[in-house]
Amino acid sequence: MSAKGLSIRVRGTVQGVGFRPFVWRLARELGVTGEVSNDGQGVRIAAWGDEAELDELARRIRDEAPPLARVVGIEVCGLEGQGWGAFRIVESGQGATTTAIPPDAATCPGCLAEIRDSAERRHGYAFTNCTHCGPRLTIARAIPWDRAQTSMADFPMCEACAAQYGDPADRRFHAQPIACAACGPHLWIEGAEGEPIAAAVQLLRAGAIVAVKGLGGFHLACDAMNAQAVAELRRRKARDAKPFAVMTARPEDLCEVGAPARALLESAAAPIVLLPRRGAVPDALAPDQDHLGVMLPATPLHHLLMAEFGGPLVMTSGNRSDEPQVIDNAQARETLAGIADAFVMHDRAIENRLDDSVLAMDEAGAPIPIRRARGFAPAPIALPFDDLPPVLACGGELKATFTLIRGGEAMVGPHIGDLEQAAALGDYRAMLDLYRRLFDFTPEIVAVDAHGGYLSTQMGERIAQETGAALVRVAHHHAHMAACMADNGVQDGQHVGLLLDGLGLGPDGALWGGEALRGGYRGVERVGGFAPVPLVGGAAAMKEPWRNLLAHLRVAFGADWRAAAGPVIAHLPDEARLRLAESMIDSGTNCPPCSSAGRLFDAAAAALGIYPARISHEGQAAMALEALARPFDEAAWDVAPALEWSGLWRALLGDLDAGVAPGRIAARFHATLARALAHQAAAAGAPGGHVILSGGVMQNRVLLAALRREIRARGMVPVAHKQVPANDGGLSLGQGIIAALGERGE
Amino acid sequence: MSGILRPGAAVEMAHGGGGMATTRLIREIFARHFANPILDQGHDAARLNLPHGRIVMSTDAHVISPLEFPGGDIGSLAVHGTINDVAMGGAVPVALSAAFIIEEGLPLETLDHIAASMGAAARKASVPIATGDTKVVERGAADGLFITTTGIGLIPEGIEIAPERIAPGMAILLSGTLGDHGVAILSQRQGLAFGTTIESDSAALHRMVGDMLAAAPSIACLRDPTRGGLSATLNELAEAAGVSMTLKEAAIPVRPEVAGACELLGLDPIHIANEGKLVCICPPEQAEAVLNIMRAHPEGRDAAQIGAVGAHAAPGTPGLLRMETLIGGMRVVDWLAGEQLPRIC
Ligand SMILES: [Fe+3]
Ligand SMILES: [Mg+2]
Ligand SMILES: [Zn+2]
Ligand SMILES: [Zn+2]
Repeated sequence: MSAKGLSIRVRGTVQGVGFRPFVWRLARELGVTGEVSNDGQGVRIAAWGDEAELDELARRIRDEAPPLARVVGIEVCGLEGQGWGAFRIVESGQGATTTAIPPDAATCPGCLAEIRDSAERRHGYAFTNCTHCGPRLTIARAIPWDRAQTSMADFPMCEACAAQYGDPADRRFHAQPIACAACGPHLWIEGAEGEPIAAAVQLLRAGAIVAVKGLGGFHLACDAMNAQAVAELRRRKARDAKPFAVMTARPEDLCEVGAPARALLESAAAPIVLLPRRGAVPDALAPDQDHLGVMLPATPLHHLLMAEFGGPLVMTSGNRSDEPQVIDNAQARETLAGIADAFVMHDRAIENRLDDSVLAMDEAGAPIPIRRARGFAPAPIALPFDDLPPVLACGGELKATFTLIRGGEAMVGPHIGDLEQAAALGDYRAMLDLYRRLFDFTPEIVAVDAHGGYLSTQMGERIAQETGAALVRVAHHHAHMAACMADNGVQDGQHVGLLLDGLGLGPDGALWGGEALRGGYRGVERVGGFAPVPLVGGAAAMKEPWRNLLAHLRVAFGADWRAAAGPVIAHLPDEARLRLAESMIDSGTNCPPCSSAGRLFDAAAAALGIYPARISHEGQAAMALEALARPFDEAAWDVAPALEWSGLWRALLGDLDAGVAPGRIAARFHATLARALAHQAAAAGAPGGHVILSGGVMQNRVLLAALRREIRARGMVPVAHKQVPANDGGLSLGQGIIAALGERGE
Repeated sequence: MSGILRPGAAVEMAHGGGGMATTRLIREIFARHFANPILDQGHDAARLNLPHGRIVMSTDAHVISPLEFPGGDIGSLAVHGTINDVAMGGAVPVALSAAFIIEEGLPLETLDHIAASMGAAARKASVPIATGDTKVVERGAADGLFITTTGIGLIPEGIEIAPERIAPGMAILLSGTLGDHGVAILSQRQGLAFGTTIESDSAALHRMVGDMLAAAPSIACLRDPTRGGLSATLNELAEAAGVSMTLKEAAIPVRPEVAGACELLGLDPIHIANEGKLVCICPPEQAEAVLNIMRAHPEGRDAAQIGAVGAHAAPGTPGLLRMETLIGGMRVVDWLAGEQLPRIC
């Protein structure tokens, strides 16, 4: 049989993940000749062999790609000429930039076996990694993805590591962060004596709090089963009730772990997954919650710590209260001084803060993204379009992210957090700079939220001015809708969107937050929405649920609300304060009307006595209400399915009066809301049409499940988020695609 | 009293017609309350003898509802506001002019009160109202009374007040409690019944400024944090000087009753208007001396250093102004674009 030539081009995340040595090994095994190289578009292969060999090569490239590779496309075409010598790896030539940096990846089985094997030279070494695992974006200083451009530049390779790095047959061929105890970063403990892991574990067993420098930042660790230690951590961190995540090698001891959850936990991203609690878990880990956020150890350091400690550890972000977690040793010593009893430190610098990613699971076992950061960024998201112009979208104010769009892809930046935190604003700027260099990106368009007060909007205005890019202002809820469509690859069209969140600026200048929209990427019209209710004291209404209860009762029952409210009055403040709040409503003093869904949840929770006075973190009351409702399967109240809530309030107060259990009332509340929303969607859309579900309230799984059921029952197709969060973390994706497709907001 | 101030009498269109009624209005109300040697010359334009030097000139239109409020009224406010603007230029105020736009129907008694208060404020400040003008407009064309005051002042030798002189390391001083004026107006206007009456801080600051500049001529900048409050003032200065600034929340004085009202109202005292406070930015080694001078004046009793100027930064960078919060965090203090429109919820 005569030799035939084949050109194979592989696109996607295929650089820095061991793709070339993988092809090299395959080709050698099959006896194929030719070469493999990286170029600006991915990996290029020229191969000569007989037809069967080449078919086999192409098939196995597709099927057996290395674990961290994400193949988007493979194009194969015939090739003239002749093969020569043995198959070889060709270094990238001039001009062929290899810019891609893959996401950070959890320790692979190979590396894990090595650190556990006393015969291996990396036995017990906390910074073991290879081409299939280890730090990536967190240690990147610049492009290209090369050791010299990472914080590993400070550690010259020893001979043994250099040999592995240079051997295409080795799992560590071109593994940029390659290290061993002889040449790599080392671990130490401050505030205790001895071997760092053993000393830390001894402290943890005694109920102490230990700061541990992880992959994307410092964690604060304590024994998760020691209620006293957990309470002390809360006290020192000034974190009243926000749930703590737990790291454990055996999540099934704490939670119900189905097969999809197991797969998610064990994925290279190694995220925190919210799972149903079971067994004796201290309540203080997640007060009022029936779920617990768990993750597996994701680095050799964490594996060593877990193996020595044995049980689950709280692993909460190393910071004071709501600040971004610290990443720098000196900063950790200073900031965490009054919180941690000891510090497990190392000398590999964290260049980019990346929070742990968080996902929940829906009723069918599909992931619901809540926070997208470590393990996911900077992987691109494929869009249902090609040839989009370069757009920078700047995102929201809380849970801020930015997105770069170009061609058919969106590079959604990691969760940065609340931009009002000075450190987060600095991180936003630094991460954006890195992404722009990473993707060699100059925006033609800058997309921002319509709200001029967002710091992200101001940042975008500034960048547009500097770069000469066009500025596009996108209405908040249109962006939410577009984000969910793009997330799911939905084409443009006349879709219905149900967008539920706390608050965003509508195109009419009003404050929106519970909207039914119709349209697509290029524009929407409002076809319905929650009746507006005064936001008593503006943003203060987010912190004090009673304000929303008062506002809802006043809107539902007018001046006579006291007669209707009955025992609910007990959850409102004293008469003097109440009168003042009413005079604020009457005079319109800092009481902007707002159709917020989030505030309706707060009001309902307050009526049931759930944190009426004050919440300690965003969504606390609504999440408690959701958890309360979960065990029950209740039908909606028999009220008109309208987005006006007087019927709902009458029914809710009636149930309270009749002594119905709060959990059942909470379940009926969710069901009533879902029915009214689905009714609205059906009225606005066509049978078989999509109903796009987005906004932070869509993270409520009880509501989401009920809503999907109701929408399907009306012959329509619910579409919920699966790659980016429904909350404002997804906003930048929506802004970006709207701007790229040409809606001009100004 | 004989004359135009009969019980129940109101301003009529004729009072602005330029005839006898106008003359009587001016003579019996304005001239009577404002009496001073320059005004008394009765010329259309005031003549002032000034030495050579640098002159500051500032003008401010005052529109406020209600016209009278705890701690002051539109008249005293119009005097204080313009005197303060002149003083913030580093100048010693010399004279004021005042223009009145009166809505037909304004009770003459109210106008008389306000003019009396205005005259008293000018006398107390020793800054004469040297000239003025009066117009009456039809009902609905104005809201009771608008007053525009213009002031001129002289900058003493060796004083150079300019935002460009703000430099890294300088101290940021505040002369007293924040938010008093804005909350007083709001609670009065909306009929909000707070337990205690909150009074406006409306006051003239030029004497205190004079003493401060005499003791510390190298003060770089002075500003009165009026509309937009402290946040707008400092953001503006940070932007103009191309520097960052860091405040300490714990050091910022706020009256407990104002803090309580703001908590319920959902407002931040840092964004609320003041009418008798100033921000002073000076070299750190002079901070203590300047504070002591401020504290010796009743208007500066609660003066405090509230922060410091940080490093140089590109103007236009969001987040130049930060504040160390009570719990030890560091938060960006943004200025509000127009209304206090909630950003998050
Ligand atoms: Fe939102
Ligand atoms: Mg002025
Ligand atoms: Zn590995
Ligand atoms: Zn080595």
